Amino acid sequence: MKDVIIGLEVHVQLNKLNSKLFCGCSTKYHDSGPNTHTCPVCLGLPGALPVLNRTAVEAAIKVALALNCEIAEQTLFYRKNYYYPDLPKGFQISQYDYPIAIKGNLVIEGDGERNIRIRRVHMEEDPARLVHKGPIEKSKYSLIDYNRSGMALLEIVTEPDLRSPKEARQFLNKLRNILEYLDVFDGYLEGAIRVDANISLTGGARAEVKNISSYKGVEKALSFEIVRQKNLMRRGINVVQETRHYDEARGVTISLRTKEEEKDYRYFPEPDLVPFKAKEGVPKIKKTLPELPDAKRRRFVEQYNISEHHAKVLTSEFKLANFFENVAGKVDTNQAATWIADVLKGELNYRGLGIDAFSPKHTIQILRMLREKNITEKGAVQVIRALLDEGGTPTEIVKQKGLLKVDVGEIAKAVDEAIKENLAAVKDYHAGKDEAFHFLIGQVMKKTSGKADPDAVNKLLREKL
Amino acid sequence: MISKKDVEHIGWLARIKLSDEEKEEFTGQLNTILDYFAKLDEIDPSVTPTHHVSGIENVFRDDVAKESLGQEDVLRNAPRKEEGFFKGPRIV
Repeated sequence: MKDVIIGLEVHVQLNKLNSKLFCGCSTKYHDSGPNTHTCPVCLGLPGALPVLNRTAVEAAIKVALALNCEIAEQTLFYRKNYYYPDLPKGFQISQYDYPIAIKGNLVIEGDGERNIRIRRVHMEEDPARLVHKGPIEKSKYSLIDYNRSGMALLEIVTEPDLRSPKEARQFLNKLRNILEYLDVFDGYLEGAIRVDANISLTGGARAEVKNISSYKGVEKALSFEIVRQKNLMRRGINVVQETRHYDEARGVTISLRTKEEEKDYRYFPEPDLVPFKAKEGVPKIKKTLPELPDAKRRRFVEQYNISEHHAKVLTSEFKLANFFENVAGKVDTNQAATWIADVLKGELNYRGLGIDAFSPKHTIQILRMLREKNITEKGAVQVIRALLDEGGTPTEIVKQKGLLKVDVGEIAKAVDEAIKENLAAVKDYHAGKDEAFHFLIGQVMKKTSGKADPDAVNKLLREKL
Repeated sequence: MISKKDVEHIGWLARIKLSDEEKEEFTGQLNTILDYFAKLDEIDPSVTPTHHVSGIENVFRDDVAKESLGQEDVLRNAPRKEEGFFKGPRIV
């Protein structure tokens, strides 16, 4: 078995900013037509001058601090020159030597804790979005939308410390979670994250896979590459160092045969942007850092006395953690943790929804009904599903669907009926057959449409038999 | 020394087609320019690099969104356009 070596370059859009990195164009272009959020600066018109967004720099420093990086004393922007339609100026303003931060780390929980080193974090502007009619290699021309051009990007580069596609995915999930805690990033927006991945197997050259634009895509693209490289090696063919393009629709990587190397980018300091002292702002920014996922997870276990597993799930999303804390004070915390982390989260995932789709108030109502034994656990799940699929309030749904638990009198009646109608099963039960007892319980539950308390049914049935 | 091959590569980076005569011509010209800049080799490399001469640092603007240009204005000078997009050659 060959070792897999993976390093990631993750580009995240600081899409919570109001304006772009170097101009005042709004970042809220996602629901607008093409080329409606541009100006001379982000269109690269002659004579236009970039001015750096202060909040973008602060956001970059926040992220770097959260990743335990060293913040640069002084940092510079560079021009990265290449000729491509998504860059109106013929260069991208990026960083090269003197990036804003270096040498950090992020701990992921895979099979045990794994420390992933961060090589550097740097700022750059996002290129435009290219649209192709049909598959890219077949289309005759590119359509260009400069709305995205000039959006603030952070490039986060890891050391080659990841050992599997799954770890790469875990790294991205954790990173996304931290960025959302810092309130600098909305991972749901289109184009919010793009990943280039370097991957090699021991004894082979590395391939750089570009253009991965989803969390799932990272795992798929890397798994594809492992199979491809292994197959080459098995057939005695050398894996060459090259850049490959990930085709999301087909789930494959394609060789790009690019002839550009780093020296071809002819990096040089951007003369239109002056240097800035990044480290000066650190003490002030440090004070604004929120509680981060790992710290919150530890606090949840301690403060609410919930399991490590539940704390992990609940803090895996900033909004979910807040949701839990809104509910936890008002009901039993362990019950809340179980129902939110296991049941509600599962129902949301199944529907591809976020926690925003459910209300803490309804959760509290449902958990109280459960606690007071007004509804069964099965009934509570039904209420949650109905709220997600049809809307309404828990009390309405309980009434409409007749989920109120059946009282003991009714259960007794159902038990009597079940016994009378299934004498054969009763006989089997007395002959010591356990299945017969389960069958009779099933009959009682059927008669009460599953609304009877299973414990009560069990007890009554045994008595009557 | 810049060779003809270098000039071809530089031409490719700039996405321009060069004729054989142009390649010869530019190879000569680029070498003259490089010779001129060879003077820089006399500098002591231990001095701190000067990235900017103004001495100005830390220039920022506040994160305030301003009005952008309209789509029609933006596309006014575009030689080719389609459905609000700029249209250009496909490069992959």
